[in-house]
Amino acid sequence: MTGAATVGRADTAARRSRVLRYVGGRLLTAVVSLFAVMVTSFFLFRILPGDPVRAMTTGREVTVEQQAELRRQFGLDQPLWQQFLDYCAGLARFDFGLSYQYRVPVSELIAEAIGPTVLLAGTGTLVAALIGVTLGIRAGWRHGSVGDRANTAVALFLFSVPSFWLGLLFIVVLASGTGWLPGLFPTGGMATPGVDGVVAVTVDVGHHLVLPVATMVAVVYAQYLMIMRSSMLDETGADYLTTARAKGLRDALVLRRHAVPNALLPTVTLIFLNLGRVVGGVILIETVFSWPGLGSLFYSGLQVPDLPLVQALFVVFASAVIIMNLLADLVYPLLDPRVRT
Amino acid sequence: MNYLEVEDLRVSYHTPEGEVPAVRGVGFGLAAGSKLGLAGESGCGKSTVALALLRLLPRSAGIRGRILLDGEDVLTMRWGRLRAVRWAGASIVFQGAMHSLNAVRRVGHQIAEPIRLHGSVPRDRVPQRVGELLDQVGLPGWRARSYPHELSGGQRQRVMIAMALACEPRLVIADEPTTALDVMIQAQILRLLDRLVGEHDISMLMISHDLSVLSGSCDRLAVMYAGRVVEEGPAHAVVTDARHPYAAALGSAFPTVGDPASRRAPHGLPGDPPDPADLPSGCAFRPRCAVVEDRCAAIDPVLWPVDSDSAGSAGRSAACVRVLDSAAPEDTGAPDGAETATTRVADPDTTLPTQESGAQY
Ligand SMILES: Nc1ncnc2c1ncn2[C@@H]1O[C@H](COP(=O)(O)OP(=O)(O)OP(=O)(O)O)[C@@H](O)[C@H]1O
Ligand code: SF4
Ligand SMILES: [Mg+2]
Repeated sequence: MTGAATVGRADTAARRSRVLRYVGGRLLTAVVSLFAVMVTSFFLFRILPGDPVRAMTTGREVTVEQQAELRRQFGLDQPLWQQFLDYCAGLARFDFGLSYQYRVPVSELIAEAIGPTVLLAGTGTLVAALIGVTLGIRAGWRHGSVGDRANTAVALFLFSVPSFWLGLLFIVVLASGTGWLPGLFPTGGMATPGVDGVVAVTVDVGHHLVLPVATMVAVVYAQYLMIMRSSMLDETGADYLTTARAKGLRDALVLRRHAVPNALLPTVTLIFLNLGRVVGGVILIETVFSWPGLGSLFYSGLQVPDLPLVQALFVVFASAVIIMNLLADLVYPLLDPRVRT
Repeated sequence: MNYLEVEDLRVSYHTPEGEVPAVRGVGFGLAAGSKLGLAGESGCGKSTVALALLRLLPRSAGIRGRILLDGEDVLTMRWGRLRAVRWAGASIVFQGAMHSLNAVRRVGHQIAEPIRLHGSVPRDRVPQRVGELLDQVGLPGWRARSYPHELSGGQRQRVMIAMALACEPRLVIADEPTTALDVMIQAQILRLLDRLVGEHDISMLMISHDLSVLSGSCDRLAVMYAGRVVEEGPAHAVVTDARHPYAAALGSAFPTVGDPASRRAPHGLPGDPPDPADLPSGCAFRPRCAVVEDRCAAIDPVLWPVDSDSAGSAGRSAACVRVLDSAAPEDTGAPDGAETATTRVADPDTTLPTQESGAQY
């Protein structure tokens, strides 16, 4: 046993340095990507047409002096490189500047809106993943069956429905109420004014959450279903499943103990990547349901255009993807023993 | 009574392109404690036979015939009974243990799984039993915590063997247990399998495309061609003095052990293995046979006892018109008369021996 122990120790040391190198590599990639996003967001919104000062002052009489003052106040009179340096220095302090339209720090606006978005996008993704993965496992295991075809058809149909359209439909039918049907859910917002107390607020927010989450789930669960289904299909003919059957396991155990753990791995990665993407992806749903999140904020910022706000949100959306990507890279090896060593 | 008795086994796969008759009437018996080798080129139906024995074929496969395991017909068993017989009555060592083991489960867990399932030992003794099994196949106990990819090919195959022995089955089916390994390891694994099967008095059906692998460890050999057994008998006799031209070609030039090329085409045998979906008329071996005769196109020969006068032919049979000649001279008529041949085909049941009359051991 001493031999084994020594081998084990040498293994551990080698493994530790390998793990460190791996994690370091991923972190570096993430940092470089983040920097690229910041640079892009700065220049992207500078080359957009439209004069921000005009935008800020639409409908009001402003003198040329007032315009110049505004320009100076927002640093727009500086040369581009100076603006860029200020922008970078600001980012380092999480200072994204003042919003043109709200005249408050962008960071405050974002801090307020990020919670609602995480709540909506997180709940929606988890529910969609749960439903999609469960249905995908069944569909893939019994591929070609009636259940598989029905499941796939329904999911793809819903996937092809525009989310704002489905959201409006839900509002008309289930929130406003039609004919004999009473309005079961609130038409928008995240909370009813005046509701107090932890329990009451939780119930109220949950109530407001139902329709936006339902809309999101209906539109996105197909992705998880299809990925899980095709992962299962990849496994169905595999030799280790024949071994499991040869051992005398029931079909349900062959599925649960052997096929699913193998097929789940690619799906887990996808869930992480989507978690990052949905933060920016719920813009339409938030707008339809007046959900006070980053999406609604972005929508209002685009109409001005409120450069500092839009720019900052662009950075937030892209960072969410990058960070989730990093997490997926770090979590995957913990799940898959083949990558772990 | 034989522990395993296979009678007129037929398997065809339903594919979009049509029926693929992969096994076309195979029969053999395996006495308790004895070892039978099943040889033949790639695609001749060896694995199909192996999987059929425990009804492990995909749903696209249609199976007919009888498979008696300890007197019970596997093909008509109820599901519950079948699950109980799997692994505890007969287990399988698959080829290429990399894919036959679950990559995301520790090997100890995979060995313990059938032990728990079949209740072979009390629950609290399972880890100890796993340790014993690993020890038997020459692996240290801490290997139970390894994942398959952390083991070498030979070690993985040892794990497969430990797993196959886990429930103390009376029959082990080894489907190309060493094909994926290099020559040195092949010999080690074969010796190990041979020893353990002998020690535990287990019957073994060993499958290989390589006669030299089988002749070393098996009592008897059956050579398959295009979904049928074309020759069977005592291992030594089949290797040194085959009566079927295909078996002779397989044995005459011993293929190099482990040479992948010899898997497809044995030395000295021209042509490709036949496509089971498109077999020639008459003898399936006809297009490649060096001693083909006119009548071979009309007659589809079945296993027939080899003339018992010649030395070393006791309990032997082969499926070739030339064997029919020597075995039953009065039955052949004109040796190469096309007319006689046609008559035979017209009335096969009365003039041709049936498949069952062949392998009885
Ligand atoms: N699932 C399947 N569907 C259709 N045809 C199949 C299927 N499995 C096997 N076959 C065909 O049946 C025939 C016999 O296959 P089998 O795997 O039994 O051969 P084998 O003798 O084990 O060959 P090898 O030495 O390559 O393992 C082959 O022609 C093969 O193409
Ligand atoms: S029956 Fe004819 S073709 Fe077939 S093996 Fe015998 S001699 Fe060759
Ligand atoms: Mg095979």
